Amino acid sequence: MLLELSQDDSGSTAEARRQIEICNACRYCEGYCSVFPAMTRQKMFSDGDITHLANLCHNCRGCYYACQYTEPHEFALNLPAALAEVRQESWERLVWPAPFSRLFHTHGVAIAGMLVAGISALFALIAALPESAGDGFYAHLSHNAMVAVFTPGFLLPLVAVAIGLYRYWRDVGAGPITLPDIGNAFASAATLRNLDGGQGQGCNFEREDRYTDLRRWFHQAVLYGFLACFAATSVATLMHYFLDWQAPYGLFTPPKLLGVPGGIALVIGTSGLVWLKMRADPKLGASRVWGGEVAFVLLLGLVAASGLALYAATGTFAVSSLLALHLGSVLALFLLLPYTKMVHGFFRIAALLAEEAKRKG
Amino acid sequence: MNRLEPPRHSWDVVVVGGGNAALCAALCAAEEGARVLVLEGAPKPYRGGNSRHTRNFRCKHEGPLSVLTGTYGEDEYFQDLMLVTKGKTDEDLARFTIRASEECLPWMEARGVRFQPSLSGTLSLSRTNAFFLGGGKALVNAYYNAAEDLGVSVRYEAQVSHIAVEADRFKHIEVSFSGGPVERISARAVVLASGGFQADREWLVSAWGPAARNFLIRGTPYNRGVVLRDMLDQGCESVGDPTQCHAVAIDGRAPQYDGGIVTRLDCVPFSVMVNRDAERFYDEGEDVWPKRYAIWGRLVAGQPDQVAYAIIDSTSLDLFMPSVFRPVVGQTIEELGEKLGLDPAKLAKTVGGFNAACKPGAFTPTELDGLSTEGLDPPKTNWARPVTEPPFYGYQLRPGVTFTYLGLKVDKTARVQTPSGALSNVWAAGEIMAGSILGQGYLAGFGMTIGTVFGRIAGHEAARHALNDREIADVA
Repeated sequence: MLLELSQDDSGSTAEARRQIEICNACRYCEGYCSVFPAMTRQKMFSDGDITHLANLCHNCRGCYYACQYTEPHEFALNLPAALAEVRQESWERLVWPAPFSRLFHTHGVAIAGMLVAGISALFALIAALPESAGDGFYAHLSHNAMVAVFTPGFLLPLVAVAIGLYRYWRDVGAGPITLPDIGNAFASAATLRNLDGGQGQGCNFEREDRYTDLRRWFHQAVLYGFLACFAATSVATLMHYFLDWQAPYGLFTPPKLLGVPGGIALVIGTSGLVWLKMRADPKLGASRVWGGEVAFVLLLGLVAASGLALYAATGTFAVSSLLALHLGSVLALFLLLPYTKMVHGFFRIAALLAEEAKRKG
Repeated sequence: MNRLEPPRHSWDVVVVGGGNAALCAALCAAEEGARVLVLEGAPKPYRGGNSRHTRNFRCKHEGPLSVLTGTYGEDEYFQDLMLVTKGKTDEDLARFTIRASEECLPWMEARGVRFQPSLSGTLSLSRTNAFFLGGGKALVNAYYNAAEDLGVSVRYEAQVSHIAVEADRFKHIEVSFSGGPVERISARAVVLASGGFQADREWLVSAWGPAARNFLIRGTPYNRGVVLRDMLDQGCESVGDPTQCHAVAIDGRAPQYDGGIVTRLDCVPFSVMVNRDAERFYDEGEDVWPKRYAIWGRLVAGQPDQVAYAIIDSTSLDLFMPSVFRPVVGQTIEELGEKLGLDPAKLAKTVGGFNAACKPGAFTPTELDGLSTEGLDPPKTNWARPVTEPPFYGYQLRPGVTFTYLGLKVDKTARVQTPSGALSNVWAAGEIMAGSILGQGYLAGFGMTIGTVFGRIAGHEAARHALNDREIADVA
């Protein structure tokens, strides 16, 4: 059994394996999240097993503060950090092309650079194209021009993510999934069950060994805010093509009823997450990507804030600049989707699905 | 934190120690309105004494309670205690503790302790023992947070060297902070909850003999029994056998201190156990492991160099919880012997002899299956399967000390006793007095029960005494 496993003997996967073998001999943390029950299924862990456990970990940090073997103990356990590093490396390794991942995950400056490039491109585009006949912001940039930029800008990153997920599924050796598995996995994500401390008391992210639920609330504000904004755009596209109902839309139309609350939730959620991140101990996460993570959350916040500002500025001279700012940041967000923290959402769902499949044996 | 501390002379209650019993006492005293100082000997990351290694609380209950299933009545609980202590217990005090355990559980939950259903592999305890979510360190964290919220002052790295007692009254404590000069701290009452002496190697050696130099200490290195000895030297009454400690056989590669739960090895019933000379020395299959693990510490301690080796084959590897260290592997018994530092030929002969004595029959790992060796001395009376399927695995085992039995005698109010009566303002709780109830053996989760029950009583009594004292002083 020992010799059949594919095992990397150095680096972060080996370190996570060392720690997991200690955890598996202790099991005191079983009640915190899905990682520990998943661990008890085996005694030996292949590289794929470690990748799976790492992507299942939501970094609630409950196990760290409960651990009798953290430093200065010679076992030096810091499972949240060990799994965060493996998780990070798995995205960087699996998402194509890997060098992009390494660049943007690690360097907030690179993300900022992409943002500037995106905004500049949009300014240039608006300047280059003649004023179109459309109303509202379409007067500055026609619907067709937007579609021409954003269709590839949205689909190409999804291809890169799909390649990563395919490799992930193969690496962790997950079996076929059923409809109930999908239901369970999405229910877990919808409630962030793995960040509730096991009993709804919350996690240990920003107040050390005291539990708080702030991270879950802020994260879900971001998640649902993003989904609402995405739905707003989708519904507007449908209205555009099938109802021949073009923007600008009033406040009491589906795109705005979804987009405005969604944007506000995103601004609150991203601000909250950055605030929590400033207070949390960076040593309990993948500290080398701290800057990249913060830059990504700020970018997401900028997308929302600029969208709201654009709406507020309807009919004023500021529309052209705000349009470039908003669409430029949206473009940067989309293009960076596979290579920033954004990608964790896809891998998280994949891990929750894989866990449902594995749990059944 | 720049909390304004009261002047040193005005503490109502000083608690010596920083584990479960100490914190229960501190919380109770503070809730009564006392100004409380906790003196924890360990630095903050190691706070909590042996409590940080615990995982559950044995609790009487007359119906489903929190995570506990069914019922667990006083008599059954007491019988379980009698079984492990072989009657070495103070029945009155034991039953008192058992009865009090039931109201402790909700009290613990109200102060932030969270329980979880029985851990995998421990289903047999789901009725009797409530497991802490995250284990004992999470419990300790919850109590320190609750104490902070109540305004209790906590000092870490506080080495208490002397409890000054005049006539029947405690006057002050001598303590050094972080190795600094000895300071005196006065208080109206003191609770002693500083554990046993198992981390004082010389004391262990003088109690047990030179073999104790090879013992591993499973828990905190800070339980050196300084306060216990100081009180005994001042004429306090003792309980518990001064020469005995509770020891189990653990993975021999465990750290000298603080190895905790992950160093335990449950492989003995499925092994051939040999000593340094590659010879068997005891019936590995005498009974199911939960009923035998406690005697193996003593058995291994009785072998040359206080070491033993478990030899299994590939068919048994998945029958027990893994220890933290990977087993030593050999494709042949000789190779395994070589790697373990045993005489390969002799080990092969011992295992060969064992295999020859095995009889065909049904092997049932979960119960006494009566699959016994024939004509072997000593015999293996259950689970005796030949060790023949490579690869072969080996573990080194050594005695691991959990706690010591010697302690301070207390009454039901946790007051420390002397031959001429109780001290008027000194209470004790936890391991330092557990010997009154647990004279021999161990019952899982009972140490936390004793600590919680007597910690609460001690805190309550000490606070009442101190507040009464303060009132009298104010009137005068």
